[in-house]
Amino acid sequence: MPDQVSVDSNANVTLKTTNGIEPAIAVQTIDLTRQYEDLIAVNHLSFSATTGTIFGLLGPNGAGKSTLIKMLTTLLPPTSGTALIDGFDIVKQPRQVRRRIGYVSQMLSADGDLTGYENLLISAKLYGIPRSERARRIAQSLEFMELSNAAQKSVRHYSGGMIRRLEIAQSMLHRPAVLFLDEPTVGLDPVAKRAVWARIQALRGEFDTTIFMTTHDMGEANRLCDIVAFMHSGRILVQDSPANLKAQLGPQATLGDVFIHYAGTAISETVEEGDWRNVSSTRGTARRLG
Amino acid sequence: MSQARAVPHAAWAEHTRPLDFLRQMEAVAEADIRKLIHDPVELFTRMIQPVLWLGIFGEVFSRARAIPTGGLRYLDFMTPGVLAQSVLFGAIFYGISLIWERDLGIVHKFLASPTPRSALVLGRSVSSMARSVCQMVLVYILAALLGVNLRISFVAIIGVTFAVMLGSAIFSTFSLIAACIVKSRERFMGIGQVLTMPLFFASNAIYPLSMMPRWLKAISVVNPLTYQVDALRGLMVNGGSTLFGFGHDFGALIATFAILVAIATTLYPKIIT
Repeated sequence: MPDQVSVDSNANVTLKTTNGIEPAIAVQTIDLTRQYEDLIAVNHLSFSATTGTIFGLLGPNGAGKSTLIKMLTTLLPPTSGTALIDGFDIVKQPRQVRRRIGYVSQMLSADGDLTGYENLLISAKLYGIPRSERARRIAQSLEFMELSNAAQKSVRHYSGGMIRRLEIAQSMLHRPAVLFLDEPTVGLDPVAKRAVWARIQALRGEFDTTIFMTTHDMGEANRLCDIVAFMHSGRILVQDSPANLKAQLGPQATLGDVFIHYAGTAISETVEEGDWRNVSSTRGTARRLG
Repeated sequence: MSQARAVPHAAWAEHTRPLDFLRQMEAVAEADIRKLIHDPVELFTRMIQPVLWLGIFGEVFSRARAIPTGGLRYLDFMTPGVLAQSVLFGAIFYGISLIWERDLGIVHKFLASPTPRSALVLGRSVSSMARSVCQMVLVYILAALLGVNLRISFVAIIGVTFAVMLGSAIFSTFSLIAACIVKSRERFMGIGQVLTMPLFFASNAIYPLSMMPRWLKAISVVNPLTYQVDALRGLMVNGGSTLFGFGHDFGALIATFAILVAIATTLYPKIIT
């Protein structure tokens, strides 16, 4: 866990532990860029996230968060630049990267036509978990996510919070070094949110997993994240701990104030992230989970 | 969690093992087959078309004796064609499930896993093959009830199964490619409707190639359904024979499948962009 954070003029953050040793880097982008015709969704981005942190990516619709997370999870190739995940290059070594990451999209990725156990079994096979390990890993994951009693129930009959916990369990079966969560609590009620937050914190505590998450929920970012980065127009404007960011604006400032300070109050009209399909899918997910 | 802390990167997670590809392919197919087991209604609704074709169209045209069938009863002649048609109609709309799963986020999950894209494509083919074998069994039962002169031997049934599975793999992969290109359910349904009947009528499923005008024959010989039906006709009914030979039929089907898999593997990740 980092104890000290400093920010240089390029919004890069240097993290030091109390013993002075620089911690390992789990996610590092190098001049990462993605362009859609005349729109630069991610603009020459260079930043890093330290191993074992919960890193929150915040920003308005159209900031480039989803494009960035898609590139980091190898779902979308960059136009230029690259990124290293746990030391592996997303462009040159995509399969090694996929072995080291877990990904929960903001959509509803658990299969409603299968049981919780079946969802986990399929994931275990996709990640090549050997037969001798499979049953134990699935049982552990179900227990860890407090879903053991619902394992044989169809996911269609799960609550929104249970579905999200199942999806996180699926993405953690192979013990990834970095877990990407794209708006993990979208559409959940406060009680379900708290249950998901507790599991995310437990994951980091138990497995030292680096968690890279996007969220629009400032309370969630404030509560969960060690470091937050504000993204706007494809660039990271600032990256620091929530406490430091709030302190820069004044003693009463909230993370929401920091968001408005950096993102402004103008409504984004760019279609990236905010196009019809994304809006429809996010609302669809919220409706299904709710 | 009470158990011992797990090692993040076990040896099995670091390297690709020889059977990983097959296991991952099987996992993709297994997800789909488990869904079919939970809700098999689809298999029975798919029986409506073969019942109509064999029970009504076949019975009526058997009386007309207007189609040269090489000594076969018309019902015997068309049964392999109806089986192929049943498989085609089931497989050609298979791609819509990819669009549906893309909209849900399930495809993203699969693509972010270390499963090779070709295993994702082949896994879906295997699932389609499993569905087609169920259809085959139901068409055999229906044909037997209608008194079709079926060839019941181990070799014939294995050959029919192979031809049915190959046909299903071809048209489901073709459907996957169409889904990756058109990307929306509405457009895909339109494309599916446009493709199915021309594929069916530009084949030897319900009339022989010798009856076709030259232009239709030219289309028919590049239509994989023609080779599937030709192989089925030589295997499925007593007295049936192949026009091109089994080597040619299966060779054409395997080559078509290989080309389609290569194209689908390239296009598959683009479904989410």
